[in-house]
Amino acid sequence: MNLEQLTTSRRGFLRGMGGLVVAVSLPLPNWPRPVLAAGGFPPTAPPSPDQVSSWLAIARDGTVTVFTGKVELGTGVATATMQIVAEELDVPLSAIKLVQGVTGKTVDQGYTAGSQSMRTQWARGVRQAAASAREALLQLAAARLGTTPDRLAVTAGVVHLQDQPGRKVSYGALVGGKPIAAKVAARPRLKDPGTFTVVGKSVRREDIPAKVFGTFTYVQDVKVPGMLHGRVVRPVRPSPLVSTPTPRAQVIQGTIANATLQAVDESSVRHLPGFVQLVTRHDFVGVVARREEQAIAAAQALRVSWTDKAALPDQQSLYEAITSAHVDNTKVLSVVGDVDAALASAARVMKATYAHPYQIHGSIGPSCAVADVRDGQATVWSGTQGVYQLRNALATLLGLPADNVRVVYVEGSGCYGLNGADDVSLSAALLSQAVGRPVRVQHMRADEMSWENFGTPMVIQLEAGLDASGRIVGWSYQGWTANRGNRPGPPGNLPAGVLAGFPEPPPPPSPPSWPPLGDDSLNSMPSYAFPNQKVVSYGVYQPWLFTGPLRSPSRLQNTFANESFMDELAAAAGADPVDFRLRHTGDPRLATVIRRAAEAAGWRTRPSPAGGQGGNRRRGRGIAAVHYEGTSSYVAAVITATVDTGSGAITVDQVAVAHDCGVIINPDGLRNQIEGNIVQGLSRALKEEVRFDRSGVLSVDWSSYPIITFPELPDDVRIELIDHPGLPALGAGEASISVIAGALGNAVFDATGARLRQVPFTPDRVKAALSTV
Amino acid sequence: MSAMKQGPGDDLQEAARAPAADSGDGDGAGPRRVPRAAFISAGVAAAAAVAGGTAYLVERSRGTGLTVNVNGRDHPVAAAPDTPLLYVLRNELGLRGPRFGCGLAECGACTVHLDGVAVRSCVTRVDSVGNRQVTTIEGLGTPSNPHPLQKAFIDQQAAQCGYCINGMLMTAAAFLKSKPRPTDAEIKSALAGNLCRCGSHYRILRAVKAVISA
Ligand code: FES
Ligand code: FES
Repeated sequence: MNLEQLTTSRRGFLRGMGGLVVAVSLPLPNWPRPVLAAGGFPPTAPPSPDQVSSWLAIARDGTVTVFTGKVELGTGVATATMQIVAEELDVPLSAIKLVQGVTGKTVDQGYTAGSQSMRTQWARGVRQAAASAREALLQLAAARLGTTPDRLAVTAGVVHLQDQPGRKVSYGALVGGKPIAAKVAARPRLKDPGTFTVVGKSVRREDIPAKVFGTFTYVQDVKVPGMLHGRVVRPVRPSPLVSTPTPRAQVIQGTIANATLQAVDESSVRHLPGFVQLVTRHDFVGVVARREEQAIAAAQALRVSWTDKAALPDQQSLYEAITSAHVDNTKVLSVVGDVDAALASAARVMKATYAHPYQIHGSIGPSCAVADVRDGQATVWSGTQGVYQLRNALATLLGLPADNVRVVYVEGSGCYGLNGADDVSLSAALLSQAVGRPVRVQHMRADEMSWENFGTPMVIQLEAGLDASGRIVGWSYQGWTANRGNRPGPPGNLPAGVLAGFPEPPPPPSPPSWPPLGDDSLNSMPSYAFPNQKVVSYGVYQPWLFTGPLRSPSRLQNTFANESFMDELAAAAGADPVDFRLRHTGDPRLATVIRRAAEAAGWRTRPSPAGGQGGNRRRGRGIAAVHYEGTSSYVAAVITATVDTGSGAITVDQVAVAHDCGVIINPDGLRNQIEGNIVQGLSRALKEEVRFDRSGVLSVDWSSYPIITFPELPDDVRIELIDHPGLPALGAGEASISVIAGALGNAVFDATGARLRQVPFTPDRVKAALSTV
Repeated sequence: MSAMKQGPGDDLQEAARAPAADSGDGDGAGPRRVPRAAFISAGVAAAAAVAGGTAYLVERSRGTGLTVNVNGRDHPVAAAPDTPLLYVLRNELGLRGPRFGCGLAECGACTVHLDGVAVRSCVTRVDSVGNRQVTTIEGLGTPSNPHPLQKAFIDQQAAQCGYCINGMLMTAAAFLKSKPRPTDAEIKSALAGNLCRCGSHYRILRAVKAVISA
């Protein structure tokens, strides 16, 4: 078989060429081309963040190309980033083109994660670069026009004299095609927020039309010449799968979480049409075929047997297993006053334990990557959140110098954190290296869901004392998190790397227990001020399920616990939950979101539970609030819900969110994010829990891991945006999801008097809680 | 809509994109130009590859005799007859609208129309299509001639990552044809089998309602 022979329909060919012509006939900015290293491989080390030219290039026609290390993950940051540049540089949005996440071309801005993109771009990113570029361009223009920069103004990329608009020169004419020779100033002159014309506007997202016409290119759509198709074969039950020559429903029962490869029988697939190669490395198994459906068929037909260590805890005893496991690191975050003495002398002491399960990222499009590993060089197209971090992991995996590994970000399905994007990139690289050809690998649904770095399970024990007046006098937090793996990092942080035989990094050691570390930015710390408090977290590292950041990692879990407990304390004090919170904060921004959410929901001041409701359907409202990470956005949610006390079913009637993330760059984009946080937050609070047994994961598809659907959503959603144009951008990607479970659980308490301390709030758990009232 | 972007822009990212509509599959029908490895190294190289022309490599289709009519045109099918329609659309026809989400008929990302009826192409054998007309989102409307729903989705900014949007649009379009004036509850239940993880639901509902009230 000559693998160089590739064919397709003539129309496909024409279409491909058509697409190509479109691509290259766009005005190509004339920025300096990367210097090709020997062998034509471009540099892959990050350009210096100190140089304006690392961030921006201006072509002769005025096109501004922005190179950004923060990438679009479906949240709208690309458009918001373009708005910032348009604002500071005084160019039209339509003149801006974005290059996102390419090793060697974009500045290393770390991971695109943790709601940090706008915060970074605003405080020490493209905004500073654009403002510095503008200063440099004004200097050049002043020299050209025989004047001084202070007499100049800029309109749509054209510099002109303030009093003589006819004396002008365009950015393109000043530097077109040449690098802008200037440093990024530490404190460039930034626009006065009062004069913003682009920032703060609901500019339409640049990517949505293509997504609506089916012409957007996701990483799932990347194809390169000579590309083969691969699939991973992960340890699953039953094994082998029902063998079929072409793919039908991939039915598996569950994974084997800590399997070792016993035997693999190539003869089970060698005869299949299009089969190219079986690739094994340690416990990593994959197949490569010429066509995608052939790769799927081969992966399903492959006879492979695994040894099952059955090393997971029983799901029913997960939380006991976490709190009784060896603690690998202890972090003392805060010690204020003497919490033991405060509790000993309190009028009333409350204690509660909250638990949060493993949850799935659940991207609708299973992760995909294309890797081309040949001749000691690798190019990987990936939906990764960090091209440089992935580059280093790939270099280790492939045994190549990092300089020979290039990673190109291409947007994938929304990831919400560490979904399978990095993992599948490792898999594609391994398969490509083995066959010496470009290989595209997309996870099947079960690969994506059951072999991922799940959101971490947590157990949180809280204890607090109230004085006779109903004030909290002492607060003690202890939180346990079960971890395994993380972002790349070393390949051993990810399932594919571990399967391929890479060691899992040892748990980080405990830091010194004194002095306290301060806020861990995980919302472990309460958002309120208490005279005595102690906050301690425990990291448990066990060979259970892989974990990693999932939207609002640890923060969602912590805020669920902290805000449920605040509600329990308010009830114990006989206080209204809004008043009770306001009583315990001196932070006006936190107080404002609490008040605004309450007003939006038509909150009536009274203690919980509501009481006095007859019948099976009880209605209640609950609030939760947070100063996210102690330094980021302020969010409060009020949820109104109805509980069917017979079935235990919860119906969400209304969600009101008040949101303060500092300066708002794109109000509609922000609303879009908050709506998404509400939906995903309700889904995770009501329904989501990874099921597993001692062998492995049982949640392998959308039937075994259901998420929320249209009919389950409340019609009534109210969003209050609080804008501070003069204040820093604080980030909005995930803050508002952290208050959803708490507000909902508090609403259920208000409706019924039953307290939910374990996510998700399934009907069975609601009924169990009701039985204790 | 002239500034419509196709995705991430960069010479490398363009190079990644450029061949995207081209088939990467080993089997197929008809002649095909093979841009070489240089093609992917940089946009400039890609341009050169086109301008300079490259050789055709021709492989005779083993052919199945099957054809499918997609967006008004007949296409010979090279894939085995029981291949899901989705892979034929994506890999033989180079369409990017229908998307793989689950392969299990659980999410709707792969939705296309067969004679106007929404079906899940991930579980539809290509040989079961027969004489029915396949319409994909590319055939539903274009930037210059958008389907009212496509226009409404843009007006309402009804997407985040957008991966589910093909299924939402195609399901809603077929549904509105059969029921032009649905209630809110009927819209929700019509879309109940379409999953969106980003939580674009409210915008999607607003877009569908905007079309109904228009
Ligand atoms: S991909 Fe077809 S329904 Fe999910
Ligand atoms: S917009 Fe991302 S899955 Fe729906």
